[in-house]
Amino acid sequence: MTLPIAGQTDAGKAAEATVSDVVIRFAGDSGDGMQLTGTQFTNTSALIGNDLSTLPDFPAEIRAPAGTLPGVSAFQVRIADHDIHTPGDAPDVLVAMNPAALKANLRDLRDNGVIIVNTDEFTPRNLKRAGYESNPLEDDSLNAFRLYQVALTTMTRRALEESELDVRSKDRCKNFLALGMIYWLFSRPLEPTIDWLRVKFRRRPEIAEANVKVMKAGWNFCDITDAFQVRYDVEPAKLEPGTYRSIHGNSALAIGLVAASRRSGLPLFLGAYPITPASDVLHELATYKHFGVTTYQAEDEIAAVCSAIGASFGGALGVSCSSGPGIALKAEGINLAVMVELPLVICDIQRGGPSTGLPTKTEQADLLQVMFGRNNESPVPVIAASSPADCFDTALEAVRLATKYMTPVVLLSDGYIANGAEPWRIPEVEELPDLRVEFHQDAEGFMPYMRNEATLARPWAIPGTPGLEHRIGGLEKEDVTGNVNYEPENHDHMVRLRAEKVARIANEIPEIEVEGPQSGELLVLGWGSTLGAITGAVNQAWADGLTVSRAHLKHLNPFPRNLGDVLDRFERVLVPEMNLGQLALLLRARYLKDIETYSKVEGKPFTRDEILHRIQQMAGA
Amino acid sequence: MPTTEATPLTRKDFQSDQEVRWCPGCGDYAILSAVQQVFPELGIPREKFVIVSGIGCSSRFPYYMNTYGFHSIHGRAPAVATGIKMTRPDLDVWVVTGDGDALSIGGNHLIHTLRRNVNVKILLFNNRVYGLTKGQYSPTSELGKRTKSTPHGSVDFPFNPLNIAIGSGATFVARSVDIFMPHLKSVLKRAAAHKGSAFVEVMQNCNIYNDKAFAALTDKAGRQQNGLYLEHGKPLVFGDNQDKGLRFTGTDFEVIDLGNGRSADDCLVWDEKHANPSLAFQMASISTGDGLGDFPVPLGVLRAVDAPTYDAGVIDQIDELTTARPQTLDQLIHGTDTWTVDAGGSVHRGAN
Repeated sequence: MTLPIAGQTDAGKAAEATVSDVVIRFAGDSGDGMQLTGTQFTNTSALIGNDLSTLPDFPAEIRAPAGTLPGVSAFQVRIADHDIHTPGDAPDVLVAMNPAALKANLRDLRDNGVIIVNTDEFTPRNLKRAGYESNPLEDDSLNAFRLYQVALTTMTRRALEESELDVRSKDRCKNFLALGMIYWLFSRPLEPTIDWLRVKFRRRPEIAEANVKVMKAGWNFCDITDAFQVRYDVEPAKLEPGTYRSIHGNSALAIGLVAASRRSGLPLFLGAYPITPASDVLHELATYKHFGVTTYQAEDEIAAVCSAIGASFGGALGVSCSSGPGIALKAEGINLAVMVELPLVICDIQRGGPSTGLPTKTEQADLLQVMFGRNNESPVPVIAASSPADCFDTALEAVRLATKYMTPVVLLSDGYIANGAEPWRIPEVEELPDLRVEFHQDAEGFMPYMRNEATLARPWAIPGTPGLEHRIGGLEKEDVTGNVNYEPENHDHMVRLRAEKVARIANEIPEIEVEGPQSGELLVLGWGSTLGAITGAVNQAWADGLTVSRAHLKHLNPFPRNLGDVLDRFERVLVPEMNLGQLALLLRARYLKDIETYSKVEGKPFTRDEILHRIQQMAGA
Repeated sequence: MPTTEATPLTRKDFQSDQEVRWCPGCGDYAILSAVQQVFPELGIPREKFVIVSGIGCSSRFPYYMNTYGFHSIHGRAPAVATGIKMTRPDLDVWVVTGDGDALSIGGNHLIHTLRRNVNVKILLFNNRVYGLTKGQYSPTSELGKRTKSTPHGSVDFPFNPLNIAIGSGATFVARSVDIFMPHLKSVLKRAAAHKGSAFVEVMQNCNIYNDKAFAALTDKAGRQQNGLYLEHGKPLVFGDNQDKGLRFTGTDFEVIDLGNGRSADDCLVWDEKHANPSLAFQMASISTGDGLGDFPVPLGVLRAVDAPTYDAGVIDQIDELTTARPQTLDQLIHGTDTWTVDAGGSVHRGAN
């Protein structure tokens, strides 16, 4: 929404206006602390009770050359007094810490949007670095916006005149001056961030206090000057009653895996190798050793998955976590798990590619890789998380399928939801699925490849159990006995049996549900992280009087058993994907249905309006 | 979990019902036999043994042992074994691998397992050739080796497996020969008793693709003439009548003839526990291992030092933190910053 420029005024004070929804983007050099600033604003807004959604956007380089366009790091957050689904298409407010940050982000800003710039950084040298021929603060090029020029660095130094810190350390506090201003502008309390600073820097109290002081200076600057004519508030969202926290996708995934470990009674083992944007799962799980979690930073991606397979063989919950390039390296290991029929969860936090691609940007283009990127017939269940909080439930589902069917399972997430945050209604532990597992104990009649009649799962018989000594491996197995077997009929049987085992999962997973008309002209079908943009777009289309339905897939292999019927009920099916049509390819092959792909591969998620415009075109609006 | 009663196990208890399918005359038969003889003597219940292998002739080993076994993928056995040992310290985990499996495709896993000192035993069957793929040269094949893939002779230098292990920081490094049964068994027992990564190179004859690769060492005369049997605390003496020795000049080893005023007292006394690994490295370097050089082939234990194991370190941290930081799943899920929306829609900081 556009921020109003007028509001209720008390004498001598800024006008106050309540808005239902605002999008703020913090942008600066990669060393300016923009991710941290945005996260603090997010957490404070969460504690007020706003609904929220975030979109961090940072370069792959840790410190790209200062002041350049490739070095710009941004954090977008949307807060609202109602249920929202995306971090917002266009910012209402842009905080630009230098000319490059302004240049890189200006095109997204809404007309008449608010720009706050750090004038101290608008030097001829920095303007040149950012590619400006003239100073945009002086050449009228920003007339379409509401520009606020603030000497953030100067004010920060002044606020810290009495501090013992060196100038460099003082200057590093300037993001908190901007944060203090934004807190004032949107009527947020400072206490949550003050509390956080004092815990974070408990061993360096001088740093904590300097940041507190600077943040308060930013707040006071707005309060006592007439810098802003209007001050805004966003009231709490009317969320379902319950206890909430703000959570990132990778964090929800890590906690979900621990929850699955507890609910299954299996100790969690994570084998991982550092890779963007999956490393945070390793980092977070490494802090949960007190839950019996073993994390193993292996020598490479292959060792990471193989160690997890070893752990599963020993009776642990083996998990490996990576992104596209790492998943490619794990392919042979995943196939070993297919052959030896051991539980294994592989989390693929997708990023832009191919090859090294865009490490810090999002994409959904690993679907076909995880479906088919292994030698021979290699059926693996695939499920996808659709939002940051949904990563928690998806982790539990992956573990459930892996242990019940004795199979590797791929969990797809992506950079957008991995690094994005949203409020999460915290579940009761007792409500979580019961994932208890029983190892095979009875030596009488035991065969390593005998099967459960319903699921076709083989028994999980772990080393240390007397009388169950057996050998498994990558060579083809004779059904039931598990002995090495090269007979043609046996191989044909086993290939079909492994496929059938995975296909049977469709018998128990929920049917896909259609929102809106149950049949008709247009169905928008999505999977994974496009849920928010699709939901927002379809809701708006309904508000505009258009006839459209939507559905979203969590289970991508196997598909829900009613998916074919659902597709048949619609004349046209639109699938928005951050790839060139990978789900569409699977659907066409499986259901012989014409699917219309809406592709976007810019390393950025769909905006709501992009999908809305496509719906409008297709629905004849 | 129950364990089997302490009825003494025998060699037969470790023989599986699977037909052994190595080529007749393969050195692997002798190694299998040695392992099946040693395992019952270790006092470990059969169900506690896990043998993990990669790919290659040697890696069929687990199928022939009636223990838990895992025939994994090419080169990755140390990684699989590490995952097992980290989560199941009660198990006795052995890796069986070959020169191609361990030193070519799996080199990375081997060196990292050794540097971490994971408490697993690694038996590397070194026949200096790729057998299962029918005779290509391997990373331990001698320079100039003519094979199907090097018809004009190989032009790359081989690895010395012992030096890879010592250089990786292995805490136990030893070597034996497939057909030297008593020696091999004693080395296997020493490896089994070691706490930490134990690396054992077993010179193994491939009678199909690289026959007699170690003949100068293994034939009747060579065993004494060309074998240097290392024993901790004993002087380095070898030869038909123990008539030769090795002394250390300060920079190099030197072969000396004993008698004529020179005795075992002039030879270096072997110290497998020497803190600095450079002496073991230098010892490993005196011979390429085939017995054809000027120096004898060192056999037995080159290095055996005590060091904390990786798996124990990992498990200690988990145990310590589990006691020090008791937390419920509910607390974990809640985290530190929560807010509550009550039935009336009002919001307050904190949980209910």
